[in-house]
Amino acid sequence: MKETPFTAKHIAAGAKMAEFAGYNMPISYTGINDEHAAVRNNAGVFDVSHMGEFIFKGENALELIQRVTTNDASKLTAGKIQYSCLTNENGGIVDDLLVYCIEENNLHAGKAGVYMLVVNAANIEKDWDWIEFQNTNGAEMHNISDRTGLLAIQGPNASKILQPLTDMDILNLRYYTFVKGKFAGVDNVIVSATGYTGAGGLEIYFEDKDGNADKIWDAIFKEGTPKGLKLIGLGARDTLRLEMGYCLYGNDIDDFSTPLEAGLGWITKFTKNFTASEYLQKQKAAGPDKKLVGFEMIDRGIPRHDYRIKDAEGNLIGRVTSGTQSPTLGRAIGMGYVSTAFSPIDSEIFIEVRDKLLKAKVSKLPFVQQKQ
Amino acid sequence: MEFPNDLYYSKEHTWLRVQDNTGTIGITEFAQKELGEIVYADLSNIGYNFQQDEVFGSVEAVKTVSDLFMPASGKVIETNQQLLKTPTFINDDPYGNGWLVKIEIQDNSELKNLLTAAQYVQVTNN
Repeated sequence: MKETPFTAKHIAAGAKMAEFAGYNMPISYTGINDEHAAVRNNAGVFDVSHMGEFIFKGENALELIQRVTTNDASKLTAGKIQYSCLTNENGGIVDDLLVYCIEENNLHAGKAGVYMLVVNAANIEKDWDWIEFQNTNGAEMHNISDRTGLLAIQGPNASKILQPLTDMDILNLRYYTFVKGKFAGVDNVIVSATGYTGAGGLEIYFEDKDGNADKIWDAIFKEGTPKGLKLIGLGARDTLRLEMGYCLYGNDIDDFSTPLEAGLGWITKFTKNFTASEYLQKQKAAGPDKKLVGFEMIDRGIPRHDYRIKDAEGNLIGRVTSGTQSPTLGRAIGMGYVSTAFSPIDSEIFIEVRDKLLKAKVSKLPFVQQKQ
Repeated sequence: MEFPNDLYYSKEHTWLRVQDNTGTIGITEFAQKELGEIVYADLSNIGYNFQQDEVFGSVEAVKTVSDLFMPASGKVIETNQQLLKTPTFINDDPYGNGWLVKIEIQDNSELKNLLTAAQYVQVTNN
């Protein structure tokens, strides 16, 4: 198993560890509900160094990103971030990712853009190969995943706790923007107002060399521990993201679901051509046959990945992609694909839980209101 | 971890307390720790008969669900209603308030298929 720069620290802190995307990762420290509440109400630290980072440079970098992703990256100016998808030839989702504009592309002024793509750990190789295959105009590509550390500090008080560690203004950083500079005495750190929890907070990228990881970790906890900053595992990361209705690659989206089916039409821009854009435009015009929806259980029981979704007559109408007991709401929630006829809010659906059909209703996403 | 000596244990991580002809059943300290916070116990209704090792319900943790296996054959005569409101009794007090069901034991000779506390500790070490 691969390790992050912080694996030994998780083990020393008594985390329950498990393999995730080839890495030995912390699942929980003090308990999922406890960690979940800490992030919703105060602040918590996630080690997400397993995520992948690619740097794209050169005069064809933007052109390549535009051709392989669904969102319109030409709208990005330096310091801005975009959520986007990589698509395959059938319009399926190869990965969901973030595109960071580090330097703006302005070829008239003789300046080529510099971009960072942040991809899911399990997809690093697949994404790299797929983009490289389509890199026919010679954009410069670097995979910096193995030498990049990433901590997410999430929660309503996260920015306030971290502000003393840098001269950059991170307290007033707008959602989906970033700054780059000195943080905790370490140079070239990217601090971005992003995350996967809907609780507000920051993500911190740094070069994993010269003891940077230890410096940043120690500074964050020296500042944060007296203010109740807690360590959070991947278990609570999953319940937090599910309360927001954020997709998890491999569960809610995959190579066989399209961005339009997954409710990601808002990041699918037909202002340009990209892989399978023609097919997706047709799908948009005709309307997809199935849609990803959020639902709440009415009967008692907890939906899980791959459980069948049926109608009142027992006909199969879809599959659960994610489900859990929401720690914030104290109710069971889930997401899944259903036939479009059952996608409107309040539609009555049934989840097959161990041979029993349990009533649920389609509900609005997010399940919990976002704080940012 | 605590494994009381007066209980029988199954390899499937349930315990059985025998009083006369009545068996009280729960999951072990080891099992509750592995599962994490229990959010729901889905138990058989009263009156149903089960064979030894048959599934009589499931416990749902935040992240996982685990089937419950009968340590001994018998008829369910009571279920722990307190768990509907406070499923975390299973975590906090697995051998006390966190009990799951009571059964009328059908065949005492089956108890020899179960483990002692010391034998069960060996199972958890593997």
